[in-house]
Amino acid sequence: MSYLVEIWLAASLVALAAGAVGYVVVLRRAAFAAHALPMAAFPGAAASSLFGFSLPAGLAGFALGGAALLTLVQRSARRDSATGLLLAGFLALGALCLSLSGHYAGSVYGLLFGQVFALGPEDLPVLGLSGLCLPILLWLGLRPLVLSAMAPDLMRVQGGQPRLAELAFLALLALAAGFAVPVTGALLVFSLMLGPGATASRFCKRLETGLLFAMVIALGLVWVALGLTYMTNWPVGFFTGTGSALIYLLARLKTV
Amino acid sequence: MNAALEVSGLSVTQGGREVLRQIGFELPRGVFCGLIGANGAGKTTLLRAILGLLPSQGAIRVGGRIGYVPQKLQLEPDMPVRARDFVALGLDGHRFGLALPSRSRTQDVDAALHAAEAEGFANQRVGQLSGGQQQRVLIAYALVRSPDLLLLDEPLANLDIKAASEIVALLKRLCATRKVSVLLSAHDINLLPAMDRILYLADGKALCGTVQDVVRTEVLSRLYGYHIDVIRVHGRILVVAGGNGREHDHDPVHVSAIP
Amino acid sequence: MTMTRYMSVPFPDVLAFFQSGPVQVALVLSGAAAIICGTLGLFTVLRGQAFAGHALADVSSSGGAGGLLLGVSPLLGFLLSGAAGVGVLELLQSRRVAARDEAAGIMLSAGLGVTALLLHFCLTGHGANGAAQAVMFGEMFSAPPGTALWACGLAGLCLLTLVVIARPLLLASLDREMALVSGVPVRLLEVVFLLLMALGVTLAAMTVGAILATSLLIAPAAAALRLARGALMAALLAVALGLAACWGGVGLAYASYGWTPGRTWPASFFIVALLLLFYTLAALGRRT
Repeated sequence: MSYLVEIWLAASLVALAAGAVGYVVVLRRAAFAAHALPMAAFPGAAASSLFGFSLPAGLAGFALGGAALLTLVQRSARRDSATGLLLAGFLALGALCLSLSGHYAGSVYGLLFGQVFALGPEDLPVLGLSGLCLPILLWLGLRPLVLSAMAPDLMRVQGGQPRLAELAFLALLALAAGFAVPVTGALLVFSLMLGPGATASRFCKRLETGLLFAMVIALGLVWVALGLTYMTNWPVGFFTGTGSALIYLLARLKTV
Repeated sequence: MNAALEVSGLSVTQGGREVLRQIGFELPRGVFCGLIGANGAGKTTLLRAILGLLPSQGAIRVGGRIGYVPQKLQLEPDMPVRARDFVALGLDGHRFGLALPSRSRTQDVDAALHAAEAEGFANQRVGQLSGGQQQRVLIAYALVRSPDLLLLDEPLANLDIKAASEIVALLKRLCATRKVSVLLSAHDINLLPAMDRILYLADGKALCGTVQDVVRTEVLSRLYGYHIDVIRVHGRILVVAGGNGREHDHDPVHVSAIP
Repeated sequence: MTMTRYMSVPFPDVLAFFQSGPVQVALVLSGAAAIICGTLGLFTVLRGQAFAGHALADVSSSGGAGGLLLGVSPLLGFLLSGAAGVGVLELLQSRRVAARDEAAGIMLSAGLGVTALLLHFCLTGHGANGAAQAVMFGEMFSAPPGTALWACGLAGLCLLTLVVIARPLLLASLDREMALVSGVPVRLLEVVFLLLMALGVTLAAMTVGAILATSLLIAPAAAALRLARGALMAALLAVALGLAACWGGVGLAYASYGWTPGRTWPASFFIVALLLLFYTLAALGRRT
C-alpha cells in the first residue's frame, strides 16, 4: 500500500468515528465535554514519549481517565467551570511531560494541531477498529443516549439508568477523541465532530439517518482537507477547522 | 390490589426539612384526581416520591405501571426527533440495542398517539410543536406502555385556557375509556370542578376528598389562606379569588374536618 | 530558552530572584492578569460563560501566532483576534445556552484552524521552533519589558470599566428580562463584557498561554464563589487566589531549575496546578 493511501485510509477512519460521535455530542449538548476530552488525551501522548509506553495505550488510557473525571463533575452545579478547569489541568500536565522529555518545542505543534503525515501502517489496525466499531456502538445506543440527555427522569421511570448512558457516552467520546489526536491534533478533533454533527441534526428528520449523514459530512470534510493539504502543503487542521465552521454556517443560513 | 395507588405513612425529608409528613391516601382505578396545594407544599415532591425518583419512608403501592408527564421538558427545535419517534422512545428508549421495526411497536405508538389525539402532528419535529401539542405528545409518551396510573406534574401551567381545558377533557376521557387513574397537580383551581377527586397538600399533610367536599368557599379559603369564592351557576362551578373584604370573619373550617 | 540563559548559574537566592529582569516582568504581567481575571471571572462563572471564555482564549491564539509571524507585539495580536472573536460570537449569538455553546465551539474550531496555519508558517518559514509552545503555553520569561507596562495599563482600563458596569451587569446576569424591563441596555452590556473578557484572556494568554488562559479566568472565581458570602469579598478573594497561584507558579518555575538538571518546568504548569489545587480545596472545604 502506498504511503498516501495509508494516510487517506487512516484519516477516513478517524472521520467516521468523529462524525458519528459528533452527532451524539450535538444531540446531547455536550460540546464543551467534546472539546475537553481530546485534551485529556494530550498528556497521554506526551507521557508515552516520556515514559516509553505505546502511543495508543497512552491516548486511550488518559482519555478514558478524563472521561471518568468528567462524569464526576457532571453533577456539580457549575459544570462548565469544572469542565474548563479539568481541560486546563490536562493541558498543563501534557506541557510538563513534554518539557521533561526534552523535545518540548518540536512535539507541541504536532500534538496540538495534528501530524497526519507522521502516521504509519502500524496505526491502521487500531484506527480501523475504532473507525468501524464506534459508529456501530453509537448506532446501537443512539436511543438511550438521546433519551438520557433529553429526559433523564422519564428514562429513570421506565427503568433505565441515565448515569450509565452518560458514562457510556463519555467513554465512546474519549475513545474517538483519543484515536483522532494523532491525525487532527488535540485541539482540532473537536472541529471534525461539531460541524458535521450540528449540520446533520438540522437537516435530518430521523435520528438514525442523522448519524449516517454526519459521518458522510465528516468523511467529505476530511477528504477535501487532505486534498487541499496535498496541494498546498498547509496543515490539515487549518482546512478541517475552517471547513467545519463553513459547513455549520451554511447549514445555519439554510435553516432557522 | 383494587386501588391504582395506595400510599401510607409516606414521609419525605429534603435538605433537612420534612416536606411530607406521614401521608396516606388511596386512589381507585379510573379516577381523575387533582393534586392541589400552595407553592412549596410538596406537590412535585409527592409525585417524584411515587415515581421512586426520591428517597422516602413509608409504603407506596402502585397497582400496575406508571406513566409520567414531567413538569418541564426542554425540547429543542433542532433535535431530529419526530413526535412519533419521541413516543417510541417511551416504549424502549431506555434500552441499548437496535429498535427493530415491528408491527406491534408501530401499533402501540399509533394507539398512544390516537389516545392523546396527537396524530395530526405525529410526523413533525417534536421541538417545533406548540405548547399544547407538546403536552399531548408527552401524554402519548406516558400512555405508550399502557399504564394503570398516570402522573402529571403541572401539565397545564404554560397553556392558555382553551388548550388547558382540552387537555383536561382528554384526560377525563382517558380515565373513562382506558380505566387509567390520573393524578394531576395544578394550581389553576378553576379546572378542579372537572375532576372526580381532589387531593390537597398543606403543612406536610395530605387530605383527599370529592369535589363537593373540597371545592367550597370555606375549604378553599382555609387551604390557601386567602379569600376564595365558589359560585355555582347554571350547573357549573366558578372559582374566584380575592374580593369582598371580609376575609374569614366566619369561623374557618378546619382542613382536618373534611371527611 | 531565555530562561536557561539567565539561569545558567543556578541561584537558590531570593534576592537574585527578584533582581532578575525577566522575573520582574513575569511577576508584573501575571499579577495584572490575575487581578483582572479574578474579577472578570466572577461574572463569567455566574453567567455560565466558561465555554465562551475558553473559546475566546483559543481564538486569540491565532492573533498571538500572527503577531509572531509578522513581528508585531503578541499582546496586540492576542487582543485584536480576541476582539474579532467577540464580533463572531455576537453574530452567532442565541438565547439558548446549548446553541450558544455550539456557536462558541464552531468559532473555536475556525480560530484554531487559523492558528494551525499561522504557526505552520512560523515553523517552516522562520524556523521559530518554540512558536507553538510560546503561543499555546505561554512564555512570560521572554516577554519584552514594555509588555508589562502595557499590561498594567490595559488591566487598569479593564478594571475601571468593570467597576462602572458591575451593578447593571450583575442584574442582567441574574435575570436578563428583568434588567431589560428596568431599562438596562442589556445587549450593549453583554458586548462590553465579552470585550472585557477578550482583554482578560489576552493577559492570561500572555501569562499561561492561550489554551490555558481559561483556568486563570475560572478557577479563582469559582473557588471564591464557593467560599465568600458577599460580592466584594468574593472579588477580593478571587484576586488573592489568582495572585497566589501566579506568583507561586513563577517562583516554583524559577526554583525548578535545580530539580531536573538542565531543564526548567514550565511556569504555566505550576500556575495551573496551583489553581486546580485551590479550586479543589474550596470545593471540598465547602462540602464538609
